[in-house]
Amino acid sequence: MLVVDVEKRLGEFSLIAAFSGETGATALFGPSGAGKTSLANMIAGLLRPDRGRIVVDDVVLFDSTARIDVPAWCRRIGYVFQEGRLFPHLSVHHNLTYGRWMGGQPADGAAFAQAIELLDLGNLLDRRPGKLSGGERQRVAVGRALLMRPRLLLLDEPLASLDAARKQEILPYLKRLRDEAKVPLVYVSHDPAEVKQIATRVVRLDEGRVVATGGVELLN
Amino acid sequence: MLHLTPEDWTAVALSLRIASVATLVALPFGIAIAMLLARVEFRGKPVVDAIVYLPLVLPPVVTGYLLLITLGRHAPVGAFLADRFGIVFAFRWTGAVISCGVMAFPLMVRAIRLSIEAIDRRLEDAAATLGASPMWVFVTVTLPLALPGIVAGMMLAFARALGEFGATITFVSNIPGETQTISAAIYTLTQVPGGDVAALNLVIVAVIISLAALIASEWLARRATARLHGA
Repeated sequence: MLVVDVEKRLGEFSLIAAFSGETGATALFGPSGAGKTSLANMIAGLLRPDRGRIVVDDVVLFDSTARIDVPAWCRRIGYVFQEGRLFPHLSVHHNLTYGRWMGGQPADGAAFAQAIELLDLGNLLDRRPGKLSGGERQRVAVGRALLMRPRLLLLDEPLASLDAARKQEILPYLKRLRDEAKVPLVYVSHDPAEVKQIATRVVRLDEGRVVATGGVELLN
Repeated sequence: MLHLTPEDWTAVALSLRIASVATLVALPFGIAIAMLLARVEFRGKPVVDAIVYLPLVLPPVVTGYLLLITLGRHAPVGAFLADRFGIVFAFRWTGAVISCGVMAFPLMVRAIRLSIEAIDRRLEDAAATLGASPMWVFVTVTLPLALPGIVAGMMLAFARALGEFGATITFVSNIPGETQTISAAIYTLTQVPGGDVAALNLVIVAVIISLAALIASEWLARRATARLHGA
């Protein structure tokens, strides 16, 4: 369960948004410049709202009136970035275990094997990110975020840097993730076709405001 | 053929020891200052910047003299260190380490700073979302990504320390076996009639060591860069 109610000024641009998400996949949908990525960054703790409140699973991550601002590294929000942002100096295997290692969690072979199987990463483990294709890189990025056992998984335009064929290659993995991984997703995208396939709930943004919320029928 | 007297060997060994220790001692400070200059905005930053780079533009003799009047036996800081902790730099090889370290410091900081500034900070954000505290981000992301610059900075500093002459001779003089480095030994030999053949031997050694340091730094920097890009 996710509750977001925030305000933020960024130069000329102002973002005032309130929405809630449930289990399944909540899409933040809207044109570029609508404030989607800023919202994702605020949930992750990479951008500080001027005012408001962010709650995930009954844990208050940010509350300006109560002066709560949990730092990013304590939030346990998995974040899949548009450009992957894999660590170039670490192997795929070490990228995948980075979050578990930083969180001081014990090794969980079953969870690791499950994520490897879910995202089909088995034959990539010894490679370096520099030697991966765009699609492989994004699958590793999803695996890395998933294996930190997040409270919530943010995916910010995870397919935007891929061509149409690669998108079709990744989408089934994301659907399986939504149905099998039991972690709520927040899926940021400007592409209605993509959102229709992934989302169970849509929050439509435009120019820093929530203009509609509802099911995927919003996109018709 | 190359013929070195025991005194020559002493000077060579001393030079290598002083340059290595100066590089290693300067390294943590170099990384800290490079981090500060690359990442932190604060009042007075231009002043800190200028002070760090000062040894690069000051005449080395001036730097040596400044060290002498702060760290010398009867200078305020030097006297305090000697009385309180028994640490003496004046006319000791450790003093040469200080002067070489100070002279090499700007080159080291510059190389490390450039490599820190070239790091994609979004990778550090990604590490934070994965649960890494700022300290862990620094150790597991920033430092490894800055490694080529750190290696280059260390090699530059080592080469600079090896060639240091003016500041060292001003601060700790030219004592065989204690502060007489290759450069100082060559200088001494050129002052003696008929010393130029002996000087030439040391000159050849200096050229060999410098070439080796350059080749090693090229090789190390290339390896470090290749590691980052997944070879």
